[in-house]
Formats: sequence, C-alpha cells, structure tokens
Amino acid sequence: MKIKLTFAAALLAATVMSGVANAKTFVYCSEGSPEGFDPGLYTAGTTFDAAAHTVYNRLLEFEPGTTNPVAGLAESWTISDDGLEYTFKIRPGVKFQTTEFFTPTRELNADDVIFSFERQLKKDNPWNQYVAGASWEYFNGMGMPELIKSIEKVDDLTVKISLNKPEAPFLANLAMPFISIMSKEYADKLDADGKKEQLNQMPLGTGPYQFVGYQQDAVIRYKANADYWGGKQKIDDLVFAITTDAAVRYQKLKAGECHLMPYPNSADVEAMKADPNLKVMEQEGLNVAYLAYNTTQAPFDKVEVRKALNMAINKQAIVDAVFQGAATPAKNPIPPTMWSYDNAVQDDAYDPEAAKKMLEDAGVKDLSMKVWAMPVSRPYMLNARRAAELIQSDFEKIGVKVEVVSYEWAEYLERSKAKDRDGAVILGWTGDNGDPDNFLHTLLGCDAVGGNNRAQWCNEEFNKLVLDAKATSDQAERTKLYEQAQVVFKREAPWATLDHSLSVVPMRKEVQGFVQSPLGDFAFEGVDLAE
Amino acid sequence: MLRFLLGRLAVLIPTFIGVSIIAFSFIRLLPGDPVALLAGERVMSPERHAEISHTLGFDRPLPIQYLDYLGGVLTGDFGTSIVTKKPIIDQFFALFPATVELSLCAIIIAVLVGIPAGIFAAIKRGSFFDQSIMGAALVGYSMPIFWWGLLLIILFAGILQWTPVSGRISLMYFFPPVTGFMLIDSLLSGQAGAFKSAVSHLILPSVVLSTIPLAVIARQTRSAMLEVLGEDYVRTARAKGLSPWRVIGIHALRNAMIPVITTIGLQVGVLMAGAILTETIFSWPGIGKWMVDSVFRRDYAVIQGGLLLIAGIIMLVNLGVDLLYGLINPRIRL
Repeated sequence: MKIKLTFAAALLAATVMSGVANAKTFVYCSEGSPEGFDPGLYTAGTTFDAAAHTVYNRLLEFEPGTTNPVAGLAESWTISDDGLEYTFKIRPGVKFQTTEFFTPTRELNADDVIFSFERQLKKDNPWNQYVAGASWEYFNGMGMPELIKSIEKVDDLTVKISLNKPEAPFLANLAMPFISIMSKEYADKLDADGKKEQLNQMPLGTGPYQFVGYQQDAVIRYKANADYWGGKQKIDDLVFAITTDAAVRYQKLKAGECHLMPYPNSADVEAMKADPNLKVMEQEGLNVAYLAYNTTQAPFDKVEVRKALNMAINKQAIVDAVFQGAATPAKNPIPPTMWSYDNAVQDDAYDPEAAKKMLEDAGVKDLSMKVWAMPVSRPYMLNARRAAELIQSDFEKIGVKVEVVSYEWAEYLERSKAKDRDGAVILGWTGDNGDPDNFLHTLLGCDAVGGNNRAQWCNEEFNKLVLDAKATSDQAERTKLYEQAQVVFKREAPWATLDHSLSVVPMRKEVQGFVQSPLGDFAFEGVDLAE
Repeated sequence: MLRFLLGRLAVLIPTFIGVSIIAFSFIRLLPGDPVALLAGERVMSPERHAEISHTLGFDRPLPIQYLDYLGGVLTGDFGTSIVTKKPIIDQFFALFPATVELSLCAIIIAVLVGIPAGIFAAIKRGSFFDQSIMGAALVGYSMPIFWWGLLLIILFAGILQWTPVSGRISLMYFFPPVTGFMLIDSLLSGQAGAFKSAVSHLILPSVVLSTIPLAVIARQTRSAMLEVLGEDYVRTARAKGLSPWRVIGIHALRNAMIPVITTIGLQVGVLMAGAILTETIFSWPGIGKWMVDSVFRRDYAVIQGGLLLIAGIIMLVNLGVDLLYGLINPRIRL
C-alpha cells in the first residue's frame, strides 16, 4: 500500500515538476476566489490578480516593482498646459486574444478605450447595469465621474479625455485595474447573442495570458497569449490553485504543488527562509497604520500633547508583538516604497521621560482617554487590540489612563468619522494607485474632515501643499511639495504613525523573473521557471 | 403511510418558514451596514450609499423585503450574490456535488469503522480494547477539526508525502464537470490516472470529516448493543446453544441498529457543519468553503440563501430518514 501511495504522490509531484518539461506550467496558490472577471466591478486584490493582471492591460501600466505609471496600451500622451486635456496615442497593432470562445477580427482601437470608460461613466450606457447591482465601486470611489468631463475619439488610434479640473494623479488612476481595456467587438458579440453576463465570466483582453477556464472556488486556468504585444510569455500555462488557508498554502509550496504563494503566516516565515527549496522576497507594503487623535478636541488640539503622546509609544514593540517583525515602524504617513517619501524626516524618538515632562509643561494632568481598536485584522494592522493594549501600557508610563474600546467593523468605520469623536482611533490605509495624493490628500486633506480624515485635522499650510501638488503635472515639482507636506505633518503630529507592514512572498527556488509589486499585486508577466 | 408522510410534511413547512425568518432577520439584526462595508476604509458619500441601498433593495421596509424574498424563494429564486453578482442557486448547485461526495465518503468511513468498533467494544465490555476504543472515540469527538486536518496534512502530505496536500484532483487533469462528482467525472474523462488522483485527494478530507460521526456512531453502537445483549431473548438464544456470532450478528445487531440508524441520519447536520471547516482546510470547493468565503466577504445574500438551502436539504434528509425508519419499524407510523 505504501508503495502504491508513494507512486501516487510521485505522479502528483509530476504535475508541477516533470509535467512541465514539455509545457511549462506555473502554479500560483492564490488566497481566494475571484469575485468575477470584470475588474471594473470589484475592489478586491484577489480579483485584480485573477482578471486584471493576467487577461487585461490598461492605457498606462505601473512600471514593475514601482508605483510609476508608464506607457501601456497608450504608447504616448500629451497634457494640455491647463492640465485639463489628456490626449492618448494608442499603441498600434495590438491584438486581442484569440480564444475558444471568441476570435477577434480587428486590432485594438479608440472604440475599445471609449467603451471601457463609458460603461462605467454613463448611467444610460447599455453596459452600465449588465450585471444586477453593478456599482463600479472603484471608478466612483476614485472620483472619476466628477473628474471626467468627456471622452472622445480623435481618430482610430487617438483618444482625448477632458477633465473638469486639473488632477495630476489621474495618470496613476489610469494604470489601476478597474479601468482595464476591454474589447468592444467581444462585448457587441455577447450583446447580440444575449449573453452579456459572459463578459464577467469569460474575460478577453490584450494581456499576457488568456483565459481558459474557471472551476468555481478551485482552479483558474490561463495560457500564454501567443499574440501578446509585449512578447509571448515563457510560461505556457498559468494556473491559480485557490487555497484559502495560509498554512495549507505553505504545505503545498513545500510539496512542490505550487510555485509561489501570497500572504504567509508570519510565524512560518523563518522556516521558509531556512528551506533550501524556497526563497522569500520581502518589501514594505503600500500601507500605513496610524493612531489618529481628534485634533479638534481638547487637549488633543495642542500640538505638544500629541507630540508627547507620540514620544511615549514604543513602535518597535508593536511591530515585534503584532507582526513578529514583518513590519517596520512608520515615521511618515506614506510608505517608503512610494515616490516623494521623505527619508530626511526625523521621527519623534521613543522617550517616556521627555514625553511625561512635555505633557506636564503643556499643563495636562490626570489625562484619561479612549483608544479605539479595530475589530478586524487588516494587512497594515493584524491585531489592533494587541497594539491598543501596548499603547495603553505605554501611555500609563507617562500618567495617561487609557480605556480600549472597539465596535463592530462597519460601526467602527462610521463612528470614527464623527467630528466630535472621543479619543484616538487606530486605523490604516492601503494605497490604491501609488500616488502620494492617495494618502496625503485623501486621509489628511481639509475636505476629508468628517470622512477619511479621522484626525479631523485641517491645517492650511499642509492642505495648500497637497492641493498644489494635485494641480501640478510635473512630478519633480510634486515631489518637492509632498516632501514639504511630510515635514509639516511631522511637526503638527495629527497621527502617531505606527507601522508599514511588510509584504512577504515565498516561492520555489526555480522561480525566476517575479517582481514584487509595491501595490501588492501578484502579476506573472515575465515570470519563468529554471529547468 | 400517506398520513404519516403528510404529517411529516405539515411539520416541515412551518419549520422551513421559521428558518427563512431566522436566516433573514439574523443578518439584518447584526450590527453593521452591508452597504458601508462595500467601501471598507474608503468613505462612501451619503448619496452613493442611498443609491446602492436602493439598488440592493435595502431601503424598503423589512416585512416587504422579507415577503419579497420569500416569494422569490418559493419560485426558486434565492437571490443574487452581492459580491459575485451571480444567482445563488446556480452557485449552490455547482458546488453541492463536491460537498455530497466528501460527506458520503466520510459517512461510509464512519459507518464501516464505527459500527464494528462499537460492537467489539460492547462484546469485550470493560476490557482494555473497549476502553481504548471509547477513549479514542472521546478524543475524536472533542478534537478541533481545523487542528486535526492540519496535523494530518503536515504528517501525510508534508512529511511522508503519501497524499496530496489539498484540492480535488491533480492540476494535470483538466476536464469539464459532467456530474460534479469527481470520482465519477474522472472515470468518465477516460484520462489515465485521473481516478486514482481523485481518490488520493479524497482520503485526508474524508478521514477528517468522518472523525466526529465515527466517534458518535461507535459510542451509540456500543451502548445500543449493551442494552440489547442484556435482553431476555438474547439470553434465550444463547441458552438454545446458538453460536455467539449468530446471537450477536443476527439477534442482537438487528435490534441494536434502530437507534444507530437514527444517529446516522442525525449526522447529516454534523457533516454539514464539519464540511465548513474541512473544506476550508483542504481547499475543497464545496458549499462549506463557499459559506466561509461569503462570511469573510460579508456577502449577506449568499449567507442567507446558503443557510436556507442547507437547512432545506438537512430537513429533506431527515424526512427521508423518518420515512425509512417508519418502514423499518411499523410502530412509528401509528
């Protein structure tokens, strides 16, 4: 029996190992099922990995390993001097995938681009409600309907988008998965056949891999797109083996049943690093966790009080206890992998004695406050309750009494927005488009008070800097403005910045060419397996 | 028999409506607004919130929402997933065969091992064998499935490499589902080795899922056997000089099986509950894993529809067991 079972196991190992000899198969143990295959409809990274980064391309793409938007399906673009008109030249000769379910008759043109935008933009577009309850969450969430005035075809390979106001992060938005470019010809065919919903089930685009099949909650299969404009991939078949449990993913990786896995348990990382068959990549994720004081309420309206509290927090202890080291203490509100990160900024040093004195000098005695702990685990904060307890004991050392409170998640998000909210809130953010505006303006701008700006902090100097940066399209100029904004932020201390969690990617030794994305995407363009 | 059947059905309908009310109100009474959760940390404007609530029908009075929902359910429309936007009933029946296949294998293992173990424990009452079996059953019954599953994976798939880690079949086999049952589909596919691969993938999850029912069945069989072995007719049979195997195998076992069959019927609910964890651990694409995923995604429509469908199926199975029981034991029908 043992021999038979061993034989079966050997046969299985052949799946990944020797079976690859004639056709190279790359198996990715993904963490969950995609919600669907139309990236416009969804917001989850799992869905974007399965649909957007495999099958589709966008006008712009993020340069691998960075958050810089570079040419994608648009080979070049010009921006009018007033920053209101963007004209895109579409890359000529780009072919849509030829699959078992559709054979395209024409190449990519302006109609496809306009279709991809208008289905999300215009409520009366026949594709706006092609699935019940389509809310185009990201398109709306990034403010595209208010921003885009019109989109028009100049010629077959030129598209002009007019904006209502200058908005520099617009280019980065165009590299985001939700605005993937679809084939209008395929959509028209589905419409004519009365099978519109198939657009969300059998995707067809211009990307490096084409869709082969999806077995619900189990396996997604792709093969290399032979006509890919960026060159055919070295991998012949790409398989997503859906494996929800991190410990099981690790076992599969060890057994050679998959080549790469996302989101390992932090407790397993050391063993992974020691395994001679595996290698581990690490990078700061595009996220931040923070403790937001309510800067409109006494005594937190005083900068000295906020500074004193910040100096009392032992961030390293939080990183060690909550992440087992898989995070770094944060000093800026944006992560180090983001352009314009100001490394020259000095963090408030951990110094309980000085903090205590500072608090006394500010005339604050017998302070008692609430610290809000999120009820859920998020990538930027795995265990907010634990972090809150550590902060509680840190604050006690300087004579501040802390009550840790928590609410159900939706309730937490809602209540923490209130302008007269009591206490300091632990929360965080994961970047959408890699643009500093997505952190600095979204989370700390004056117009976000009562919303995303949980510190209720409206500082004119800071606000002007981020608004100016938003209206400028010159990246060097913007960098300067954001660096100044980070200095103001540190001086005014509306938050205690807690951590940036590390994104850890374990893979088999034979995996080559995988580039870790600061945005947390898992994209397999350019990946290969050593013989 | 018809009266018996009608009587059972009359109980079933209010139970089903009761479950539908619980499933419906349960997720609405819980704190937390499903629409706000769609946005997560991103703040949603009040207008947008109202718009989405309207699209999803959450802005209508609760009784109207419920009646509307019940009307849909009665016509076979269990709603549409908030997340995937697909009809819940389609997803359910696409995944259900995987759960049935796993559960059937688990119950077969539980019966084949549990009943003999219980019988031997009863015969050798008080012996070391009896105590070991009952001790093992207690451990099996109390063991957290999550931990047990992982332990088996690490041992058999990780260290010994006798079985695959997870999934339903090796990724090298790729064929469209015909029946949804992998054992059957792999045979129909005609691909060499596919059936073997499907079997090897089924071993660990079905052992894990069978653990609790096995323990329950073994204990139930033992106590039922002990009770029967003390009966007068068994003593008479022995006194008549019948061989011990005949006494136990024919006279005692037949009567001891009545409560055991009831127990097996009741294990259907236990299997469904166990499948939720087992499927999650073994990446088994069945309805248990689907429900867990939906909880994490806060897909209220799926949780509600899935609960109702699972409850409906458990009720139907129990009805079947009741009918079977009525056939075996005519007194029940009276």
